[in-house]
Amino acid sequence: MRRIRAAAAGAVTVSLLAAVSACGGGSATGGGSGDSPEKLTYWASNQGPSIEADKKILTAEIAKFEKETGIDVELEVVPWSDLLNRILAATTSGQGPDVLNIGNTWSASLQATGALLPWDDENFGRIGGRDRFVESAIASAGAEGQDPAAVPLYSMAYTLYWNKKMFADAGITEPPATWDEMVETGKRLSGDGKFALGAEGANLSENIHHVFTFGRQHGTDFFTADGRPEFTSDAAVDAVKQYVDLMAEHEIIAPGNAEYAQNQSLQDFARNRTAMVMWQNAQTAFASHGMEDDDWGVAPIPVRSGEPGAGTGVNSMVAGINMAVFKNTDNLDGSLEFVKFMTSDAEQKALNSAYGSIPPVKAAQDDPAFDGPTQKVVRDTLARSAAPLPQVPSESQFETAVGTAVKELFAEAAAGKPVTEDLVREKLTKAQQQMPQG
Amino acid sequence: MTTTLAPPEGTRAAEGAARTPRRPGRPRRAWLPYALLLPALALELLVHLVPMVYGLLMSFKELTQFYIRDWTTAPWRGLENFRVAVDVDTPVGAALLHSFWVTCLFTVLSVGLCWLLGTTTAVYLQESFRGRGLLRALYLVPYALPMYAAVITWTFMFQRDNGLVNHVLVDQLGLFDEAPFWLLGDNSFWAMLVVSVWRGWPFAFLIVMAGLQTVPRELYEAAALDGAGRWQQLRQVTLPSLRPVNQVLVLVLFLWTFNDFNTPFVLFGKSAPEAADLISIHIYQASFVTWNFGSGSAMSVLLLLFLLVVTAGHLLITSRGRRKADG
Repeated sequence: MRRIRAAAAGAVTVSLLAAVSACGGGSATGGGSGDSPEKLTYWASNQGPSIEADKKILTAEIAKFEKETGIDVELEVVPWSDLLNRILAATTSGQGPDVLNIGNTWSASLQATGALLPWDDENFGRIGGRDRFVESAIASAGAEGQDPAAVPLYSMAYTLYWNKKMFADAGITEPPATWDEMVETGKRLSGDGKFALGAEGANLSENIHHVFTFGRQHGTDFFTADGRPEFTSDAAVDAVKQYVDLMAEHEIIAPGNAEYAQNQSLQDFARNRTAMVMWQNAQTAFASHGMEDDDWGVAPIPVRSGEPGAGTGVNSMVAGINMAVFKNTDNLDGSLEFVKFMTSDAEQKALNSAYGSIPPVKAAQDDPAFDGPTQKVVRDTLARSAAPLPQVPSESQFETAVGTAVKELFAEAAAGKPVTEDLVREKLTKAQQQMPQG
Repeated sequence: MTTTLAPPEGTRAAEGAARTPRRPGRPRRAWLPYALLLPALALELLVHLVPMVYGLLMSFKELTQFYIRDWTTAPWRGLENFRVAVDVDTPVGAALLHSFWVTCLFTVLSVGLCWLLGTTTAVYLQESFRGRGLLRALYLVPYALPMYAAVITWTFMFQRDNGLVNHVLVDQLGLFDEAPFWLLGDNSFWAMLVVSVWRGWPFAFLIVMAGLQTVPRELYEAAALDGAGRWQQLRQVTLPSLRPVNQVLVLVLFLWTFNDFNTPFVLFGKSAPEAADLISIHIYQASFVTWNFGSGSAMSVLLLLFLLVVTAGHLLITSRGRRKADG
């Protein structure tokens, strides 16, 4: 009897622990690869104001492809919070989509997994050739010296959106043109529960995009030439401090923004509580919050060195979405055909104007749809003063580690604690120690 | 989720062990119980043990982004992953240890409060009065709600500028001069504890309530005749009768709380504040920062070992106590 009891106790232990640990194990999720030439699975990223809106836009366009080719496309719009994890799970399990969108900053990281089809000359030939695309967009589709892991689909850049009503109320007519002006105007705009600038302090990717830009202005891109993390250099510390100081020292970002991660700052902007946001592609979101197009204006983000341009004048990352084909697709021809369709001149015009982005396909850029005042600033920024994030395998890890450091610094600033150079360096040191060694 | 399967199983098995009547003289068909267990055992192997074995294998490998596509090609690292995780002089080990202590404190407080609240309520609701059924049903709501929906609501309530919590504490009661953050900094620990207790105590309530049904009324009558007041009845009759139930209840609550991933993940997203860095979310983040899933698996295995030791210890002590009580 005692033995049976011991066995029962053992069984309970094992089953409880099994229940417990099963939650920790990664499991392969969703999506089957198209197992017949008439079928394709496509994971799209969320580009419009909502998943539903995206489904509507894409379904209408994809219907043309289905009619043309007879290939049935199963569309899934994956939210940004899940996309990278879903791709990793698909990579691990081999059960993924045929075609998928990736954030262009992940290109090199995902390229290193070997899960994505390399775009050599032959594959590019199937979609009309590499030279149809803008070169800076291709440069953010994989590590230098290797065949790109994806092709550019939408291009975007950070610009300064300013709220005309709040500026008028403060008696200011023009958006700031230099960094000093930005801080000074910012102080005039802040007060009475209103603040000059919005930030998504708890959104790791947003944090990275901004501190990367400031990093370029201070002369670092957070990695050494051979791709090793270098987060603790003076330039990196200065860059991070410059961003967090907008809340900590200048107090032109509301402390509450430290916990923002779901685009709440756009809502504040639409409610006339925040006068400016540094954002990519905010127009469709503004419209969905009930703003008219003349309620806001767009300007290049000011830089410390004076004029936006190359080198220390960089005021945006090369933002964008790339389209990749899963290497183990069962329908390679269909996948290439689909990429060709999505990057065709006509579709590029249709999709990019629907999303408010800029086509990375040269021929499509000439369309008058991309000549509006907003698009012009974005195009100028992309052409003159945008830099791609480092295309190194550990880029995604950099986003998590340094993005978290910035989030923690914002939390300190919001709690009213001083954000000193030492504190910034301490957080960045911790981030660097978490990075993969060797 | 799979965890919900565990408690009835645990309860049944533990009680069964204590209560199976011995029937000397009757031929026993010893194989029958095992045959009946077989389908469950097979599924158990498939659903639980196989993934565990995979996890264990992964913990000995250098499973980085370069190998995840075909992880059989990942190089073996022996015990290296474990060495890094337990070396508290390295940042990785130190962070893991910090997270471990946070989790211990959180678990003790959460389980204690859940048990206290659940037991108190169950005892009070033993007496019949008008509206008792309604209250019982109402108290079970947090347990019945889907996890994500429940916790995301708390996330909105804890928001600093627009949240309900600060509206009540600051605007209406005036307890703070300046609105505090609940999802950032040290306060996040307490926010997480509130959510965890809110979610966990109805389960304690449910189990204790069920346990109370089995306490014979005569015991209370006898105690009352002996002159025991309510407090003494509680201490001398109720609590000792609930002992077997409590033993399992505390164990299950402990395991759930120690491993809680959903609460911090929904409250704080991918990176929890240091004060609320529970071990499961810590392991998740550590794996995804480095994309080194071998090292993440090693930490999971260590967690598993720790829980195994605690659980085995708990069962050993409680079964010894029971044997003593049996005679």
